[in-house]
Amino acid sequence: MKQVDVTIPNRAGLHARPATKIVQITSAYPCETQLCYKGETANAKSIMGIIALGITYNETVTLITDGPGEEEAMEKLVQLFQQGFHDE
Amino acid sequence: MPRTDPGLTVFDLLSSPLPESQKLLLKCLSGQDHLESLVQEPEVNRPGLALCGFFNHFGEHRVQIFGRGETAFLQQLAEKKQTSVLLDFFSRPIACCIFTHSLQPTEPFTFLAKSANVPILQTELTSNEFITRLLGFFSNVFAPRETIHGVLVEVHGIGMLILGNSGVGKSEAALELLDRGHRLVSDDLVELRLINGGRTVVGHLVNNLNQHHYIEIRGIGIINVEHLFGTRSCLQRKNVDLVIRLELDAEGKIYERTSYQNRTYELLGVRVPLLAIPVKPGRNIPVILESAALHFRGNQQAETLYDAVLTRLSVD
Repeated sequence: MKQVDVTIPNRAGLHARPATKIVQITSAYPCETQLCYKGETANAKSIMGIIALGITYNETVTLITDGPGEEEAMEKLVQLFQQGFHDE
Repeated sequence: MPRTDPGLTVFDLLSSPLPESQKLLLKCLSGQDHLESLVQEPEVNRPGLALCGFFNHFGEHRVQIFGRGETAFLQQLAEKKQTSVLLDFFSRPIACCIFTHSLQPTEPFTFLAKSANVPILQTELTSNEFITRLLGFFSNVFAPRETIHGVLVEVHGIGMLILGNSGVGKSEAALELLDRGHRLVSDDLVELRLINGGRTVVGHLVNNLNQHHYIEIRGIGIINVEHLFGTRSCLQRKNVDLVIRLELDAEGKIYERTSYQNRTYELLGVRVPLLAIPVKPGRNIPVILESAALHFRGNQQAETLYDAVLTRLSVD
């Protein structure tokens, strides 16, 4: 199981477009993936789950991957967060 | 991980948007600037013994209820005695005092409560009615809760929680069920709460943004259920009566064939009946789910085929 904390780099927070990008990555791997924010956990393969967390700019979330492909999935996710979701 | 402590304040008692709070009919008589004190225990206390000076096992931290008995008792005490009793009373950590029957506190009471920063509230309800409603409110707010990934629907009156891996078809099954006249509580994320003395699990819509119902369908996107199906297809909460686990039909896996297995799934410590349904192209999952609901409903009253066979075999 891998667990990494990341911050949200884009001003609009984790809205529909970033959530879709996250799901595109997580759905490609068979491992379990989760996003934890302020005590709530959402399945990172579900767009509704991520959006419902309502994560805003500069907030910290914990990414968790567990299962086959967890390393690669985590790498790609962290990269996505660091690059700011190619927004704008 | 279940969460229990919501940080309920006296202010929430007065003005939470929950309907249970509005039914409390509370007004604030004094202590308006200390309404952020926490109500730490979801219980009430009628301070009869304390007012007589007996403080063993005193329900500190609780909401103190002053009904007709308590108020009349205080009123007939001489001022010096009243002050000394109340000084002791207010030296303890009290969440707030609530006067029922629209009764008013005495002057020494109000003065000492203000000095101790304890808010005084008032309701027109009778003590019994108020306590019943307040405990109902507490049971809801302090209920252990957990948010899980799944879809909660109501099918033929049965609350059905559909679980399964991403992509197995939970949301799509829910969509078809909506089309067939059933109701959606929450897609993707369900908040479960344990109520009724730890016996009932209720699932709630999770949507921190606008309390509307949405379903995510791969290939279409996120659809607004109220717009497409109308408000009669939507429900805010429902008891979880049955858990359905959709699984890709695996070789060698044994599935229920005669309904005597009685498997359960644990949610917040409660064992809810579980059905594992195999998913394969050509299988009409929504119809299977409808049948499961009706079968479950029937089982609760009628005798199953299995029971009938047993009865017949034992007579011979």
